[in-house]
Amino acid sequence: MIDMKRRTFLKGSVAAGAVSAALGAGLLTPRMVLAAWPTAAFEAKTVDSALDALMGSHQLEGSDKISIRAPDIAENGAVVPVSVETTIAKPESISIIAEKNASPMTASFILGAGAEGFVSTRIKMGKTSSVIAVVKADGKLYSTGKEVKVTIGGCGG
Amino acid sequence: MASIKIRAKLSGDVTTVKALIKHPMDTGLVKDKKTGKAIPAHFIQEVTCEHGGNKVMTAMWGAAVSKNPYLSFKFAGAKAGDTIKLSWVDNKGESDSAETQVS
Repeated sequence: MIDMKRRTFLKGSVAAGAVSAALGAGLLTPRMVLAAWPTAAFEAKTVDSALDALMGSHQLEGSDKISIRAPDIAENGAVVPVSVETTIAKPESISIIAEKNASPMTASFILGAGAEGFVSTRIKMGKTSSVIAVVKADGKLYSTGKEVKVTIGGCGG
Repeated sequence: MASIKIRAKLSGDVTTVKALIKHPMDTGLVKDKKTGKAIPAHFIQEVTCEHGGNKVMTAMWGAAVSKNPYLSFKFAGAKAGDTIKLSWVDNKGESDSAETQVS
């Protein structure tokens, strides 16, 4: 009887050991807990694959109802202020993409109830490229782009 | 960790939220000049803003958002004196949140 209990105890501790080993090996990093964060989209190397991963499509429709405010020439690529404003009705999300960055997908803002079609942030850009704003509304993707010249890149050393 | 500075200003029906977060936002591509080793990636992945239990904005960020990120957005439906809460989580599982009143 005593021996039986000892068996179960041993089994239990082995299982617990396996879990902590997995944690130690980085298999269960906190990243996995954040299931909502679209890893594939942010690690994608091209604009199309990033959009496919995030939105399930890269069919972009040009729109004049989106305006991007960003400098024509950014002296410091580490800090490029970008504002996106849209007058498209009921925008679901606004994404900002720096076309020639190693990972183009920069930020995606999911707009909840009551949110207006406006976001503003600061991004890093490796080199001169287009900044693309993608607005998702009514199941469609609308976009517009703006060329930003970068004098000193902000993604490397 | 008081890493967030946040302000929410009401104008008409629309509240403008502006926030500054203190965070290194390391991309994992930069090398430490002294040791020659890459500085591991450390960046905010998700920022959420709640008003009255309703998520008005969720931002998914990659490492290409600048160091000490600035964020601004607008939403409708808040009244002066309402509390809004902003929180972030980074790729190492660290997090912080801050609250402010709409003025």
